[in-house]
Amino acid sequence: MTDLIDLAVIPLLKVVFVLTGVLVTVMYMVLLERKVQAWVQVRLGPMRVGPHGVLQPIADVLKLFVKEDITPTRADKYVYTAAPIMVLVPALIAFAVIPFGTDVHLFGARIPLVITDINVGLLYIVSVASLGVYGIILGGWASNSKYPLLGGLRASAQLISYELAVTMTFVAVILLAGNLSMVGIVNAQYNSGVWFGFVQPLALLIYVIGALAETNRAPFDLPEAEQELVAGFHTEYSGMRFALFFLAEYTNMIVVSSVAVTLFFGGWLRPFPNVAWLVFLDFVPSWIWFIAKTFLILYLFLWIRATFPRYRYDQLMRLGWKVLIPLAIANIIVTGVVKVLLG
Amino acid sequence: MFDTEELVINMGPQHPATHGVLRVVLTLSGETVVDADVVIGYLHRGIEKLSENRDWTQIVLLTDRMDYVAAATNNLGYCETVEKLMSLEVPRRAKYIRTIIAELQRIASHLVWLGSHAMDLGAVTVFLYCLRERELALDLFEEYCGARLTYNAMRVGGLPQDIPPGWDKKVLQFCDVQMEKIAEYETLLTHNRIWLERTRNVGVISGPEAIAIGLSGPLLRASGIPRDIRKDEPYAAYREFEFDIPVGTRGDTYDRYLVRLEEFRQSVRIIRQAVEGLPEGPVIGKVPRLIKPPAGETYHANEAPKGEIGFFIASDGKSTNPYRFRVRPPSFCNLQALPRLVRGHLVADVIALIGTIDIVLGEVDR
Repeated sequence: MTDLIDLAVIPLLKVVFVLTGVLVTVMYMVLLERKVQAWVQVRLGPMRVGPHGVLQPIADVLKLFVKEDITPTRADKYVYTAAPIMVLVPALIAFAVIPFGTDVHLFGARIPLVITDINVGLLYIVSVASLGVYGIILGGWASNSKYPLLGGLRASAQLISYELAVTMTFVAVILLAGNLSMVGIVNAQYNSGVWFGFVQPLALLIYVIGALAETNRAPFDLPEAEQELVAGFHTEYSGMRFALFFLAEYTNMIVVSSVAVTLFFGGWLRPFPNVAWLVFLDFVPSWIWFIAKTFLILYLFLWIRATFPRYRYDQLMRLGWKVLIPLAIANIIVTGVVKVLLG
Repeated sequence: MFDTEELVINMGPQHPATHGVLRVVLTLSGETVVDADVVIGYLHRGIEKLSENRDWTQIVLLTDRMDYVAAATNNLGYCETVEKLMSLEVPRRAKYIRTIIAELQRIASHLVWLGSHAMDLGAVTVFLYCLRERELALDLFEEYCGARLTYNAMRVGGLPQDIPPGWDKKVLQFCDVQMEKIAEYETLLTHNRIWLERTRNVGVISGPEAIAIGLSGPLLRASGIPRDIRKDEPYAAYREFEFDIPVGTRGDTYDRYLVRLEEFRQSVRIIRQAVEGLPEGPVIGKVPRLIKPPAGETYHANEAPKGEIGFFIASDGKSTNPYRFRVRPPSFCNLQALPRLVRGHLVADVIALIGTIDIVLGEVDR
């Protein structure tokens, strides 16, 4: 009986909990984005649905559900339907290995706040994250329309180039942590007494830029550059299928922020985890630290979007290949050499 | 080895970045523009022909509907042309107020340009900041003539009414606010690396070429030609004010941006001088009740925010409407440069270049 609970019930509950949590966060992320943008731009943002627009996301979801779902006659029906799913699923399953906090004790059972801690967690994230691009390029292609095709091509080229740089920053972190498990990386930061973001500022910078590009966020939102390609790869999509792309974009934002927190900002650790007199900070549960840090990074995303113009496609590629990737490689080499020299 | 095909895509007339109903048929090779064909006429209302069947006062109203982002400048151009045809003398106070209105209009129009240009390149915040200041300018217009977009703010021979009490103070306040806010736009854009990369060396056009195409206004000045009708053939009260003509050196999109930003400052300078030196007196001269210019024809040009707006009017001296009415609209002539500018650039630059030309389709199509 206890085996059944340990093996099936608790993990399933965790999956349900995490999925619900993520989807609700995504809904409110959209509202947050609109609000933050509005405040930056001297507007109010959504104010009508509920006090200060807090029910706006629910209204949006309801609207998207009842919207007509159009498949263009000349589209490839099966691929067209599959594409949004292929984008959303990898984004969601990446949460499987992200640790949200330390173990909690509930009814005498010790429950780790991570769905599963596999020893190649980081590798797993890299591999599922790179699957999303298939959905985007297939969506653009299956629409059988010119603007989505251009958007899809742009997206695939962009995602692939920036994934390289991002993955290389992971290598530097792995060198420091000595293992690939997400929980292990946080513990390594606890043991070394410093968040890796401070040891690896360059890797952090490259990661943030790469993450912006990988999630198609401004200033790298070329695949869906509204003023150029109308809506990019999802121009032809409507209703719930469009909503899936939308969900995937925001889920990806949360994924990259969570990964940034885990790798560079000590995951669930409180600030200065080894300073004894700050122990009162432990009063705040670990998962709150994690969520707070994630939202700070998400806020950074929104802030950047509200400030910068958009890059041009060729400039984006140049930045990726000629600046970020060489820098990331140099960073790996320097990290490796320093690590060897310090023993 | 591979067969490559050129892709023809249709940008507009319904497209988020074509500023109205402009249609551009682009031939692409990859993302590079091979050719562009500009299709216009979706907003044609026949204003020129219509004007030949309206009497001289009614036409002021029609000129509002051409460049509706800078309606007062159109009013001014038309009224001055008729005054020239009739050799009417405009009181000095009216000339000053006209100048103030024209320069406020230039600021308002440039704000729309800067906002939409920046938004096309992804900087949405700048757009909202610009509209915030344009709102202040529109409030001033509303207080003067009651309208916020199509002002009908001038009459042949002068102005419909004097400025409301306290209006001149508010104009000066607006000038102060505007000077502050220009610095704000500059912080967001001028030294922004992304903005620089998006606009430097994009759509370069040399001075002689610009003249050959028939460019005017900020586009021509950005190519290094210091041509400004306000200085070269002064109208209204421009002769009495000091101001500089900003010119560019490279003739690229960034220079056009800098030139227009400097024009904000020069406009503020002119407005301040005009408000401070505002003479007393009537605002409308001796105008016959029935406006009926003598037979003859004339051309008169103004420096509109977008370039040279010229009116050619022929009167037969008998009827109460023009015999022939023709407008030289700056947007229309400047738009000619688009195919030449975009060739060899990327799709993303097309957007930047449509933005930099600063067109209003109401004026292109008339």
